Amino acid sequence: MKIGRIAGTVVSTVCSPVYEERKLLLCDLLDENQRPTGDYLIAVDQVGAGPGETVLILDEGNSARQIVALADAPIRAVVVGIVDELELGR
Amino acid sequence: MELGRVVGTVVATQKVVGLEGVKFLLVQPLSQKLRPKGDPVVAADGVAMAGVGELVYVVASREASLALPETFVPVDHAIVGLVDRVDLDEGDG
Repeated sequence: MKIGRIAGTVVSTVCSPVYEERKLLLCDLLDENQRPTGDYLIAVDQVGAGPGETVLILDEGNSARQIVALADAPIRAVVVGIVDELELGR
Repeated sequence: MELGRVVGTVVATQKVVGLEGVKFLLVQPLSQKLRPKGDPVVAADGVAMAGVGELVYVVASREASLALPETFVPVDHAIVGLVDRVDLDEGDG
């Protein structure tokens, strides 16, 4: 899984049926110090996350399909948690 | 999933069984600021409505084929939606 920060939302009317009524979040990926890596992902929201929040992103299709409970969903990235704290050991 | 811009169409008459009728488009992946990022990819059109110039989002890997009518086909990128708009939260980040 990856750590990201929600930078915005993607609005889409014409889409694959499983995306209808699902919120799509544009997430900047973060490094271990929570700085943006420059890369991003569009992920389906599964936890009610909002802009600016640090989140846990799953980027693997099989697990994504389990989470949305649809065996044939063309979804790969899902926001599966909101990060309260990230602590690095030293 | 990632953003992309449709930059062309790909026509292939001879295709693997299962891909008949599937439209292939050339898609330039984009950054979150909608700037080109990396090399264009050939993506199957999972919404059957995308055209050149359109902003889309694309799913890659095994999940791509799940966007198509026939789901066990050799496809690694598929367009799963047309983007109306991207609402960026312009914070201090």
